[in-house]
Amino acid sequence: MLNSGDILETIKMIQEENLDIRTITMGISLLDCIDSDIDKACDKVYDKIMRKAENLVKTGEDIEKQYGIPIVNKRISVTPIAMVSAACKGSPVKFAKALQRAADGTGVNYIGGYSALVHKGFSAGDRELIESIPEALSVTSNVCSSVNIGSTRAGINMDAVAMMGKIIIDAAEATKDNSYFGAAKIVVFCNAVEDNPFMAGAFHGVGEYDCEINVGVSGPGVVRAALKKYPDANISEIADVIKKTAFKITRMGQLVGTEACQKLGVPFGIVDLSLAPTPAVGDSVAHILEEIGLESCGCHGTTACLAMLNDAVKKGGVMASSHVGGLSGAFIPVSEDAGMIDAAIKGSLSLEKLEAMTAVCSVGLDMIAIPGDTPADVISAIIADEAAIGMVNSKTTAVRVIPAIGMKEGEMIEFGGLFGSAPIMPVSRFSPSKFISRGGRIPAPLQSLKN
Amino acid sequence: MRAVVAVIGKDTVGILAKVSGICAEHNANVMDVTQTIMQDLFAMTMMIEISGLNIDYIDFADKLTKAGSEMGLQIHVMHEDIFNAMHRI
Repeated sequence: MLNSGDILETIKMIQEENLDIRTITMGISLLDCIDSDIDKACDKVYDKIMRKAENLVKTGEDIEKQYGIPIVNKRISVTPIAMVSAACKGSPVKFAKALQRAADGTGVNYIGGYSALVHKGFSAGDRELIESIPEALSVTSNVCSSVNIGSTRAGINMDAVAMMGKIIIDAAEATKDNSYFGAAKIVVFCNAVEDNPFMAGAFHGVGEYDCEINVGVSGPGVVRAALKKYPDANISEIADVIKKTAFKITRMGQLVGTEACQKLGVPFGIVDLSLAPTPAVGDSVAHILEEIGLESCGCHGTTACLAMLNDAVKKGGVMASSHVGGLSGAFIPVSEDAGMIDAAIKGSLSLEKLEAMTAVCSVGLDMIAIPGDTPADVISAIIADEAAIGMVNSKTTAVRVIPAIGMKEGEMIEFGGLFGSAPIMPVSRFSPSKFISRGGRIPAPLQSLKN
Repeated sequence: MRAVVAVIGKDTVGILAKVSGICAEHNANVMDVTQTIMQDLFAMTMMIEISGLNIDYIDFADKLTKAGSEMGLQIHVMHEDIFNAMHRI
């Protein structure tokens, strides 16, 4: 028999501590939609997504009611479009429009996979797709894009890095009437994962099932509330509390994922063990770090606290799920986290500190607004630095920065909703231009030679 | 199939009667009830059998939640699996 203490604890987590399932994401392979006629290919893409994901949103809503737990997002990820568009002539933007129609038709809030994987080099279709990203993101509203420019195995494609600096600026420029939101829908990865349920970086890898469900959990508020009960615990005890809490959160994700798969008749992919913050008060990763004992996120000690938090989340979560994958770790998006926003405004959190934090957490420099006059090669160099951290540490890193065209350091951009708001953070004034213009590849590090 | 009904709010006369009345009306058998009063906050958890419900489970849950808000109470109806998943290994 369940005891009422356990029941009330679960209800409190959901009602007061913002526990939710952040996303159920259906991954759909589009490899069978390839056609040399672009219009035919786009129709096939639309038809397949509509067929597979027809009941996704309804199923998500039914599960929410059945278990009384909010499922905030229902999303779709697809095969990187560059692989599909490579076979046909014409602008790949047509595919973005087909994806948008499918997003409207299924009612999902985002569809990810307007992507190219160019970690070693460009193959047919890759350059065209990357060049079309700014237009694709400005003519659609729910399509997300990602580009993988490096990996531990392949090194870093510096030609792609140079290209992406410019693409990000163009995407911001093309959407400047909409808070530069185009740039918030592009992620530049090193070591991108193929089963990521989180946007904007989700795509469906070629080694995955034809169709599958991946689940992303959340719960920074729950972790913080749990830590609040132990004001005098030492760090070993704190790590234990985080592990136990992560276990409970992840079990919820596993349950929801299993149930969704059963109802939709598709295989279960993974649970992504993530602490994904929202701008809501009490749902912040920065506040967890402050609860542990930092005056303000970004001060010295932040990297150590985050490393412990990230590790404990994984240790607790891994036993709670049959298959763990995706990005799995604590996210540190600036605009989506009330504590990070405050810390950036106060000046305790800088881009340099965030870069250090990305070496020990889930992903990378995420949702960071930078001055509008930042040159493209500086953005490329930010990408190169992040990719180097990912490449050498065999982890995923990413860059999602928003150049606020026409705005200056210290001003705020409002994105609204789950995307929050971001203070524009300063970048180095010194130029990496010569380095970026050299092109070529950073050779794969020794870590790649594991065989 | 079983569900948990959790009722939280200010203690008043007739909470148990109202909730169990709705359960009886829709053929949900009450299997166990635990209630505590913390200061003047009333907290009751009820385990009910929902296999024989005579209306849709979602409608049933909505009806209880609505009855709760009319009495100034929070009523949550959740499938028992969520608690088993979270608190049992």
